[in-house]
Amino acid sequence: MIKARGLFNNLYQPVEIEVDPQTNNVAYHAKSYSANDLHWGVPTNATVYGTALNYKGELEKMGDLLHNDPYKAPPKAPILYIKPLNTFTPHQSNIPLPSDVKELQTGAALGIVLKKTAAHVNASSAFEYIQGFTIVNDISIPHESVHRPAVKQKARDGFCPIGPWVVEADQLPNADNLEVKVYVNNELKQTNSTENLIRNIGTLIEDVTEFMTLFKGDVLLVGTPENPPLLKEGDQVQVEIEGIGKLENSVVAE
Amino acid sequence: MKRARVAVGGAIHEAYEHEGKVRLTDGRLFSEEEVEWLPPVQPQTVFALGLNYADHAKELSFSAPKEPLVFLKGPNTFIGHNASTKRPEEATNMHYECELGVIIGKTAKNVKKEDAYEYVAGYTVANDYAIRDYLENYYRPNLRVKNRDTCTPIGPWFVDQSDIKDPMNLSLKTIVNGQVTQEGTTKDMIFSIPDLIEYLSHFMTLNPNDVILTGTPEGLEKVNAGDEVVTEIEGIGALKNYIISDKQFQNS
Repeated sequence: MIKARGLFNNLYQPVEIEVDPQTNNVAYHAKSYSANDLHWGVPTNATVYGTALNYKGELEKMGDLLHNDPYKAPPKAPILYIKPLNTFTPHQSNIPLPSDVKELQTGAALGIVLKKTAAHVNASSAFEYIQGFTIVNDISIPHESVHRPAVKQKARDGFCPIGPWVVEADQLPNADNLEVKVYVNNELKQTNSTENLIRNIGTLIEDVTEFMTLFKGDVLLVGTPENPPLLKEGDQVQVEIEGIGKLENSVVAE
Repeated sequence: MKRARVAVGGAIHEAYEHEGKVRLTDGRLFSEEEVEWLPPVQPQTVFALGLNYADHAKELSFSAPKEPLVFLKGPNTFIGHNASTKRPEEATNMHYECELGVIIGKTAKNVKKEDAYEYVAGYTVANDYAIRDYLENYYRPNLRVKNRDTCTPIGPWFVDQSDIKDPMNLSLKTIVNGQVTQEGTTKDMIFSIPDLIEYLSHFMTLNPNDVILTGTPEGLEKVNAGDEVVTEIEGIGALKNYIISDKQFQNS
């Protein structure tokens, strides 16, 4: 069991818990539970920033497109976007499938949860600013182009499952090398690792906080791997990140 | 009514406009210069519009969009009236954007155009600075251009919706060091306030204190350290801001 913080049942703020990332079991006040026995809340209410094209495989897939219109050149700075408050939803909640859409795209992301205000941070000291790590499923309506902000594709209600909990940073010394897996209806559909990031955690925090302050509780997603599994109505999706646990949600017609 | 959030005597207060002065809820009266102005709302989700005035789209050599070009902003970027915005030393192309801000008053989902104003609590002025040196063609306008610390002054006032008869017919202007450099009218928006509320609430829920920054007309000029920039909208207010070099900002 490792140390984490979670918000569940009638609690009004996250509390210290112990979790087993492999079984998704939770210990609280000397009692143990299966994660699915508890009614989870979203463990943060601050800003969630996503990072696009930060997996090497994702950028490689773009290939020559990076040099053509409308992109013209490969990206220099981190490509960021915001998942607003209406998208936040907890472990085991339903993800609404809009009526005019057939499929949704999974976005298996390691979420860095900020411990304190972070501005002009050096990569070498970035971990001092991290409270812990969580799992985020950055849901989108599938879209090819990353030319214009994808608010309509990414900011729908319930499109950002977060949780179940935040594992304390000191419990995850190898955050730059964590296996990320996606299961759809219990079938393994995607495997990748945070070792395949273009900007690792420290560098990403340095390059983001160079122009943008992050605050306590903000969540910075490290990116989503290439070839994201698609989801249709009725599917159950599980994002598993090594050392954190499993985040599970179902797709339900809006 | 015109409302504000200000800091006085070590505390944050709700305040009201009173005969050109700032009145706190406890009755104390201050001049505009005696208070520290905060953003008039604590913004929740903030939407901004690119290319929402036909003349501005043309100015940037774009054809007018068929669908609103929406992007989002984080809380780090907002500052109040009379504050300073930092300008990187290396930047060659930083410009202001005078914009009408629409503050949402209640939860809005699937709102029809004709009902849109029922969901508006009020209006404010924003200056949505852009530093075009950092433009890249990924999720453009990217956050490095549009979501920098201190780069979105907002305020001074939150003007009640009922006080503005026709928000789609207000003149806007920007005054840099006393010279008018940008003039326009909200009449020229491509997507009006009701259009935008219908569009956004059709695919997502809007919440109280969400803010929509509705875009800027033509007339963009570069700004430099030391400039005083006032963005003003008829009936809403005049938002003053100072440009400061990042070096000076860091030492101030």
